[in-house]
Amino acid sequence: MNSVRPALVGRGRRARRARPIGRFLLLLILFASICTANGNPVIIGSKKFTESYVLGEIAKRTLMDPGIPAEHRQGMGGTIILWQALRGGQIDVYPEYAGTITQEILKSDRSLSLDQIRESLAKFGVGMTEPLGFNNTYALVMRHSEAQRLGVRTISDLRRYPQLKIGLTHEFLDRQDGWWPLRERYALPQQNVIGIDHALGYAALANGSIDIKDAYSTDAKIEQNDLVVLEDDLQFFPKYEAVFLFRLSIRGDAIAALRRLEGTLDERRMIRLNAEAERTKNYTRAADLYFNRGAASANSVGDSFPQKLARWTLRHLQLAGFSLLLSVIFGIPLGIIASRGGPIGQLIIGFASVVQTIPSLALLALLVPLPFFGISVRTAIAALFLYGLLPIVRNTATGLQDIPRSLRESAVALGLSPFVRLWEIYLPMASRSILSGIKTSAVINVGTATLAALIGAGGLGEPILSGLNLNDHVTILEGAIPAAVLALFVQWFFDLLDRVLIPKGLRL
Amino acid sequence: MSALIRLTDVSKRYGDAAALLPTNLDIERGKTTVLIGPSGCGKSTLLRLIIHLIEPDSGSITFDGEPISTDNIDALRRRIGYVIQEGGLFPHLTARANVLLMTRHVGKSQEEMHGRLLELCELTRFSDQLLPRYPVELSGGQRQRVSLMRALMLSPQLLLLDEPLGALDPLVRAALQKDLKKIFARLQQTVLFVTHDLAEAIYFGDKIVLMNEGRIVQKGSVTDLREKPAEPFVLEFINAQRGVVLT
Ligand SMILES: Nc1ncnc2c1ncn2[C@@H]1O[C@H](COP(=O)(O)OP(=O)(O)OP(=O)(O)O)[C@@H](O)[C@H]1O
Ligand SMILES: [Mg+2]
Repeated sequence: MNSVRPALVGRGRRARRARPIGRFLLLLILFASICTANGNPVIIGSKKFTESYVLGEIAKRTLMDPGIPAEHRQGMGGTIILWQALRGGQIDVYPEYAGTITQEILKSDRSLSLDQIRESLAKFGVGMTEPLGFNNTYALVMRHSEAQRLGVRTISDLRRYPQLKIGLTHEFLDRQDGWWPLRERYALPQQNVIGIDHALGYAALANGSIDIKDAYSTDAKIEQNDLVVLEDDLQFFPKYEAVFLFRLSIRGDAIAALRRLEGTLDERRMIRLNAEAERTKNYTRAADLYFNRGAASANSVGDSFPQKLARWTLRHLQLAGFSLLLSVIFGIPLGIIASRGGPIGQLIIGFASVVQTIPSLALLALLVPLPFFGISVRTAIAALFLYGLLPIVRNTATGLQDIPRSLRESAVALGLSPFVRLWEIYLPMASRSILSGIKTSAVINVGTATLAALIGAGGLGEPILSGLNLNDHVTILEGAIPAAVLALFVQWFFDLLDRVLIPKGLRL
Repeated sequence: MSALIRLTDVSKRYGDAAALLPTNLDIERGKTTVLIGPSGCGKSTLLRLIIHLIEPDSGSITFDGEPISTDNIDALRRRIGYVIQEGGLFPHLTARANVLLMTRHVGKSQEEMHGRLLELCELTRFSDQLLPRYPVELSGGQRQRVSLMRALMLSPQLLLLDEPLGALDPLVRAALQKDLKKIFARLQQTVLFVTHDLAEAIYFGDKIVLMNEGRIVQKGSVTDLREKPAEPFVLEFINAQRGVVLT
């Protein structure tokens, strides 16, 4: 489902207290926000899996049909990211499950009634619809043939087969109603447990790399892949009734529209919609099915591939280009300061290095809960900017430090002012090193920008992500190949730029 | 007429090691003073103190009667030309741009500077055809001529030369020695010239200053040094280079 762990929430809170860095970033974000201004449609978020996408599309249609402007940010991540985004006002609505709210959001260790949940959520300014009608609980699944061969029907039966290999989503591994408590309740002996992406897990199950994985009871893949759900004979899993969470402050007619969805989706219908979404690779069309319309409606007309490619690429270039610009604007002055060494220089290099060691996914997750960031293009640009900083800072610093002392002294002895020395002598002499730092940054940014899709910022990561989710290699390649080509193009472009910007005397 | 440069009790140490012990020295106007001594004896240190690349630990240095300090050094540096062994030319600038570098920052007109440039080409016998070339496209001797032009561009009162011919082969070196001597005479230039070659010192020096281990051992003409050595080291130094001196 996703890999954002509850532990990250704690880190996010700590980061909010880091004032000076926060203020510095804030400045950047002000800058970045210029390009992300929009009106005030109702923003719907969804988690990174098919059912959530489909529910998000259904909510969008439900709002747009009576004329309420709505936007759907698809597949933004996991529970914590969506919840933080809802609280922070970056999104207004998203589909959630009662069990998840109890366990992960309210962190209650006993089960709560729907009224109790609603009361607790109200304190956060968040409302909840009645259940939509289906219960999507967690389940353990296994290949049908294997289950028959071993005679496994319930989770308790697994105790007899300690050698079975288990592959679980990262979220399930960490949840309070996930693997560890489940294992304890059932006294399961399996040692061979790995974490794996939800969609990839099905492929692993099919080719026998793993024998058991976690799934949701309405998952269309259970039928498609000929899997069986193991009976939860000790009633370990709580109920996961689907609901919509919404900010109480959104317009009343939007809330009323969402409430019309209550009790209208039973399990069979949801499985059918999920199956349709996975078969056609088109969430909008699956949502149309809910509204009993086979024909595509106005806002579900799919763009042609070239149109989509152009949109993804443009957004990708915007993300990478804008963040690179920021990295250059901040990186070169920081590199100049760092080149003088001393504690401040070490601090700058140290900060840029530490940022680069944070996994990109974790960096995004850390930024999302901060004010001004949230689920937005800004966050993606800020993260890319931070990643792009180190190569530029480091190359600027070493480029300047590598200038021979005799030449520095000649510049001083001539009587040139410090600014002229820097601008006319030192920077041009370091230009090769600085440009190669910028090139490294650009290539990293073009690659890392694919992750921006995780927080709904678009780009070529969008097809990669939905392809991964649907286990559809063609869709993955639709994003991956252009991204690779783009990286090559960037490399080529900077090689060309070298020839224009590096003074001729240094190239002879 | 007082000395152009006067060092009074100037000393410099790096950590525990003294690069220059407390030293007194006058550089006289219109003359070439040659600093000579074995490697590491503090010759470059003395020059770098005068142009204020390093600050003395003690003592004072005056330029034309004015004490050199951080406040007035930028103006003073424009009145001093400085040439080092490797030339110190900036590789990203052409020969012309290297020579004209400072002129844009002192408010001289283009024509004036162009005239001066051609004058210097002639003086240093550097073909103006080569002006558009970058330093890597020039020979070592040509590079040193460009360095010299750059140092002379603003007609400095003082020329500091730190082994300017050290990296050249003997033929080019001899040619440049001859040219330099003519130039100094023609301009009546005050020069402080560093070398560790005794023959070169004798060829240029109106006054020779022999240094050893961070202090001045003896000042005077070569005859003084030979006939009235202040201490055994002087003869030792001369004898070590005798083969060269006799030629
Ligand atoms: N930046 C520095 N840090 C430490 N020691 C230094 C530094 N610069 C010079 N020294 C030391 O000071 C002493 C004098 O150095 P200086 O460069 O003046 O010698 P020199 O007479 O010019 O020698 P050479 O003929 O080899 O150029 C040497 O022992 C040198 O090692
Ligand atoms: Mg020296």
